[in-house]
Amino acid sequence: MLEAESIHILREVVAEFQRPVMLYSIGKDSSVMVRLAQKAFYPGKIPFPLLHIDTTYKFREMIEFRDRFTAEIGARLIVHTNWKAIEEGANPFRLGTSKCCGLLKTRSLLDALAEGGYDAAFGGARRDEEKSRAKERIYSFRDSFGQWDPKNQRPELWNLFNARVDKGESIRVFPLSNWTELDVWQYIYLENIPIVPLYFAKERDMVVRGNTLIPVEQDIPLLPGERTEKVMCRMRSLGCSPCTGAIRSEADTVPKIIEEMMLFRRSERENRVIDHDQEGSMELKKREGYF
Amino acid sequence: MTSTTPVTVTDIESFLRQNEEKELLRFSTAGSVDDGKSTLIGRLLYDSKGVYEDQLASVRKVSVNQTSGPLDFALLTDGLRAEREQGITIDVAYRYFSTPKRKFIIADTPGHEQYTRNMATGASTANLAIILVDARHGVLPQSRRHAFIAALLGIQHMVVAVNKMDLVDFSEEVFENIRQEFDGFVAQFQVPDLHFIPISALHGDNVVEKSDRMPWFTGESLLHYLETVHIASDRNLTEMRFPVQYVIRPNLDFRGYGGQVASGVIRPGDTVMVLPSGRTTRVKAIATYDGNLSRAFPPMSVTVTLEDEIDISRGDMLVHPTHAPHVAKQLDARMVWMSHTPLDPGRPYLVKHTTQVVRAGVRAIRYKVNVNTLEKEPATRLELNEIGAVVIETHRPLFFDPYKRNRATGSFILIDPISNETVGAGMITGREPREAQLKSTLLDGLTFENSRVSPPERASRYGHHAATIWLEGNPELAFVVERKLFDRGCLVHVLADEKDAFILAELAKISNAAGMITICSVRPEDAAERERASRLVGADQFLEVDAASLSGNLDRAAEEICSLLEKRGVLAGEGDFAQGGGI
Repeated sequence: MLEAESIHILREVVAEFQRPVMLYSIGKDSSVMVRLAQKAFYPGKIPFPLLHIDTTYKFREMIEFRDRFTAEIGARLIVHTNWKAIEEGANPFRLGTSKCCGLLKTRSLLDALAEGGYDAAFGGARRDEEKSRAKERIYSFRDSFGQWDPKNQRPELWNLFNARVDKGESIRVFPLSNWTELDVWQYIYLENIPIVPLYFAKERDMVVRGNTLIPVEQDIPLLPGERTEKVMCRMRSLGCSPCTGAIRSEADTVPKIIEEMMLFRRSERENRVIDHDQEGSMELKKREGYF
Repeated sequence: MTSTTPVTVTDIESFLRQNEEKELLRFSTAGSVDDGKSTLIGRLLYDSKGVYEDQLASVRKVSVNQTSGPLDFALLTDGLRAEREQGITIDVAYRYFSTPKRKFIIADTPGHEQYTRNMATGASTANLAIILVDARHGVLPQSRRHAFIAALLGIQHMVVAVNKMDLVDFSEEVFENIRQEFDGFVAQFQVPDLHFIPISALHGDNVVEKSDRMPWFTGESLLHYLETVHIASDRNLTEMRFPVQYVIRPNLDFRGYGGQVASGVIRPGDTVMVLPSGRTTRVKAIATYDGNLSRAFPPMSVTVTLEDEIDISRGDMLVHPTHAPHVAKQLDARMVWMSHTPLDPGRPYLVKHTTQVVRAGVRAIRYKVNVNTLEKEPATRLELNEIGAVVIETHRPLFFDPYKRNRATGSFILIDPISNETVGAGMITGREPREAQLKSTLLDGLTFENSRVSPPERASRYGHHAATIWLEGNPELAFVVERKLFDRGCLVHVLADEKDAFILAELAKISNAAGMITICSVRPEDAAERERASRLVGADQFLEVDAASLSGNLDRAAEEICSLLEKRGVLAGEGDFAQGGGI
């Protein structure tokens, strides 16, 4: 039923927009979204490109997976990076996560969408992830500056989506709106969908900081007394390596992950540092154009 | 989900299988500002263990500055900053939880007066509505409005949760009074399944567990009802409707039609008719990524391939020819107005209906409904949050069913082509309003009565009476009949219209006035025009023939029509016409 609804949304957008694109974050939700797109247009290929906003702070395993996976399914991949900001020294250690995200993710995304002239962009966000997302429409309208106005959303009735935009305006589309985290994992398991190995537990080099495990991947500045150690762990969600904490885990298969999830009962975003910067932080980011 | 003991991997697998087969219930909640709706939802999420620990932790952090007791469940659901500041929910928020029996999606809609449009939005996809009533205040105008909108949007199951029972000493009398008052009000419109449950959302009475503080209440708890209410038969599985959403043509060998089954069941081998062309063919396969299927039903998204190469595009619809929908450019609908700019009958709009977007206008506003009294009031426009009955005229025909029969083909949205706003939500009540049916365009100003040549004189001269043969579903047969009658010396001609049967009846009336036999060849989906045509031409010279009821052999079928005409006296024996007289 959720699958049917998502396929309906994917087809509707492709039928009614000129230049759709799919935001591909390499995470598990993206993997599910890509599979749904394969199903929606089968036996044809996915009729739009996948766009990855690369902050250059992604895990190496993510990039490897991205390149292999998209090649295997014959999808067109576009990678966009805000090189200007990086050359000017944007990084999470110097700027703090909030400003860094603003430049390397939000700004970069808006630039990429504008450069490509895309009038519709699919994103893998789910309404159960975070409070402000619970109110986001499936078709989320953005003005010509890419901004979201939560007070002025179009009413969305039945499965009749209003696809009208003026030149320069666009929509973000969330085909997984009604999926829960459990639905996503279940689908990955039953459909045998490939995901980045970082989701599975294994011994990894980590910096242990309070309750957070920080992967040793980029040149992360260590605090006095800190050192790296081998920890059996996995990622619950994938972002940039300096801002994604790992959790201690033995779960090395999808069923074990689901089991762990059911027992842990901690929201998957807990280990994404960015949501905790400010109260209502996700809503602020979204108003500015973040997915 | 609720187990706290470690589960083994094999258990997980059976759990997943079980979870995949779980039925999904979508429900909307509506209540006035202080009815405790958010608290109820928080309670459902919390008690069904659907709230993750860290989300709870963040609620605890925020509620320090508030005055509302130990744990404010409402903060779980009130997502947006503005709302947190105002302390009321102002938009539709969707919430998810599941129990071992079912999965649930809650559309939490605001109770405040100015947000009727959000309530309609939340109700549009719901199977069930929970109406919250504050036990201390009884049935308020808002409660009535919520019930009316839920019924208007075709929700089959309604639960009135009488909340804050703890503040009225769990009084049975209070509950019964509210039940009676609500029952009386709801009797005015149709709600197939109506339930009442006394609860205290704050303390959890009768929400998940049955409360022992209201022993007089013999029903089940709210969650128990949500888990068990029967919704499987709410779907329309009889009339197949497959709106073509997207044509999938990866190479020259494959041409498939992607879409979501709106109603009914479609199987390979089925004879299907394509609207609007009226062409029929058969389903070759139902192709999916996971292999071909032996059937598809709502809400499946599939790809259908057909036996014949027919020109089909987005917006067309596949149906079974025996159960065709209405096809018309004019229709009656209930409308919820959703824009700050009022409905203006002079203005062009766009209608989005199934997978079609067509230009449209609002021809008339019949009345608006006062949602507090349910009385109909005259109106020249509809304002934001008003509900009215309107006549819509579209530039191309829509293929539709009344909303009551089919939510998917009976609903539409109205879009302002300038602002691009979604301005209204429509629920089709029927086709072509009566006044419009009788109104003739061609015949305006034409009179036939002053002729000095009478119909009997014409019949006598031509050797037959004037008649209109309304032939559905076989254009070829129409021409065979024409030839046959012509060879018998009749004044006869065929009118065939590929696009719209609307005008045929009027042309037939003119030809009949001239004494001719007119064969109107119409597509089956224009069957709805028949009644109007019969009235216009006059039932005494109107003969309707369903090609499907005749011989499959064209020649024999034509003979059958001729003998029908003889039986009706149109082609009566020679000499009969000297005396004149009707058929």
